[in-house]
Amino acid sequence: MSMSPVEGVALAEVESGGDADAPKEEKGFVGRSPGQLAWLRLRGDRTAMVSGALLVFFVLVALSAPLIELLYGIGPSDQFQHKLDRFGMPLGYAGGVSGDHFFGLEPGLGRDIFIRLVYGLRTSLLIAFAAAVITAVLGIALGALAGYLGGWLDAVINWVTDLVLAMPFLIIALALTPTLTLRFYGERDAVSPAFGVGVLIAVFAIFGWTSTARLVRGQVIALREREFVEAAKASGAGLGHMLFRQLLPNIWAPILVSFSLAVPQFITSEAALSFIGVGLTEETPSFGRMIYQSLVYLQTDPAFVFFPGVAIFALVFAFNLFGDALRDALDPKSSR
Amino acid sequence: MSVGDEPLLRVRGLGKHFPVRSGPRGRGLVRAVDGLDFDVRAGETLGLVGESGCGKTTTGRMLVRLLEPTAGSIEFAGRDITHAGRRELRPLRQDLQIIFQDPYASLNPRHTVGRIIAMPLLVNGIDPPGGVKARVRELLELVGLNPEHYNRYPHEFSGGQRQRIGIARALALRPKLIVADEPVSALDVSIQAQVVNLLRDLQRDLGLAFVFIAHDLAVVRHFCQRVAVMYLGRIVEIGDRDDIYERPQHPYTRALLSAVPDVTTLGPAGRIRLAGDVPTPLNPPSGCRFRTRCWKARDICAAEEPPLVPRDGGNQATACHFPESGPAGAGSGPAGAAPAAAGTGASVEEVSR
Repeated sequence: MSMSPVEGVALAEVESGGDADAPKEEKGFVGRSPGQLAWLRLRGDRTAMVSGALLVFFVLVALSAPLIELLYGIGPSDQFQHKLDRFGMPLGYAGGVSGDHFFGLEPGLGRDIFIRLVYGLRTSLLIAFAAAVITAVLGIALGALAGYLGGWLDAVINWVTDLVLAMPFLIIALALTPTLTLRFYGERDAVSPAFGVGVLIAVFAIFGWTSTARLVRGQVIALREREFVEAAKASGAGLGHMLFRQLLPNIWAPILVSFSLAVPQFITSEAALSFIGVGLTEETPSFGRMIYQSLVYLQTDPAFVFFPGVAIFALVFAFNLFGDALRDALDPKSSR
Repeated sequence: MSVGDEPLLRVRGLGKHFPVRSGPRGRGLVRAVDGLDFDVRAGETLGLVGESGCGKTTTGRMLVRLLEPTAGSIEFAGRDITHAGRRELRPLRQDLQIIFQDPYASLNPRHTVGRIIAMPLLVNGIDPPGGVKARVRELLELVGLNPEHYNRYPHEFSGGQRQRIGIARALALRPKLIVADEPVSALDVSIQAQVVNLLRDLQRDLGLAFVFIAHDLAVVRHFCQRVAVMYLGRIVEIGDRDDIYERPQHPYTRALLSAVPDVTTLGPAGRIRLAGDVPTPLNPPSGCRFRTRCWKARDICAAEEPPLVPRDGGNQATACHFPESGPAGAGSGPAGAAPAAAGTGASVEEVSR
């Protein structure tokens, strides 16, 4: 019987010990985490950098909306009827674009389009981010528990997921929003803008968590049988350690990607719902509502359609590009 | 090997049956492990060998309670831990650790080496003298790695180095018994030697007991004082290393030993080639489980299950009605014994030289 594998022992300890760390690593080598590597890849991706810069710009604009209002000198509800002609159309070229009103005026009410876009961006991003965060938290919690614990809990959560997926989103949103509004406000009361925003976020949260839950559940099931998880179990780790220290750090990548792709989806959904007249109140500035109002003036005042349309397009496009770039950076093996 | 001491680990009738659904209403049981008895004394190394699917890994996972046994009992240091809950196990976890087979899967890719090795300490709320970091450095040094590498990530290490990290993690709690589940099978041959020698040094220096699961008989011979041979969820032979390797009594052990690839010589009996496949553990053969492939099988082998009993007063126990005698490789392979149970037609001899 050959003993060669083990008897030919004591080869030089080629691999262990001080390999190449003599000259240049004297000040202490710090290992690069997978996250840092992904960040480096993201930095090298021009699309990611451009779309990321655009997103940062949008977020900054949304955050500093009151400041912009202050500098601009016009609020989102201010009306400039005297700058409209007697048919309610803005005077001047391209829907009244001027030094005072960068993007012109709304026909009819005569509100300033630029400042309404700035506030509309705020509404859209608030709704989309809040909905995405809530759906992510819900989805991660339910998915991780279902995947890790399995058994009846998994069955119940799966069943609920299927149930939610089977419900038609648009119809329920159409039916739910007015009913909810009526429960809290009378037929003729003024609905507060915050309430409309809250209802929209709630509707998105109820319907949006399923995809994250499924994603996380699948990932957790795949990881659950890995040996490093078993090693933690064999050391006596509890549920919290298993989920938050061992499992979740390994599935941040897909969660981040799904988050960054969920945000633009919620932006367009919000626009769609506002477009069909559900959710936000009239005075709440929002992309969807502006496009909805502008369609009447498509032929007479195309500039009114143009500015909100371009804004929402740029926002969603930047988010989608960034999400794709993020996916590539986090998982370089996936095919483009 | 101090005979007569209270064993550190006492396993009796250990079994693991997995329910499987076959067909519309058929429900079967895979008897992955079916009635194991063995002891491991403090500081002793027991090798668990056998071919793929014989239940070695399942046994190892049951010992550290990653799998719940369905039968039998596991006693560790005099305490029954067969069905102990997580809280009861906590003090024992420190004494009972596992090293995994695949060094690429057994380290969390998102944690630094320092965090990986410190994990057992943190999970059990242990603050070693000098702090966790000092202990991690000490462990890294112990397994032959540069202690300065504690903040590197697993992907920056080679397979052998990763396995050393896994070993350091298992040592973090100063265990008394380590279950090593094929710790070197995923490694390159030259690295295997390093890791096995590291384990042997650690075993000597720290007085560790090992349950060493492997399919590589040469590695087991190098590392283990005692060897148990498993076949289809059962131990067919257990004994001291030299007895098993020099004087195997069970036909299966002989076949297994003769199957070791050898570039130099074959014994006079040549290679015993077993015909057919291992029977399904869903429906294992009656009597002796090996009889369907054994060249010595007779009627009694189908009727009666041979108990694992020591013969000629030694430490070696064999579960066989017709144990072999004489050194390995001596003439009593299938060539020597006429194929008595020709009806089964299950065993074929082949002298390949």
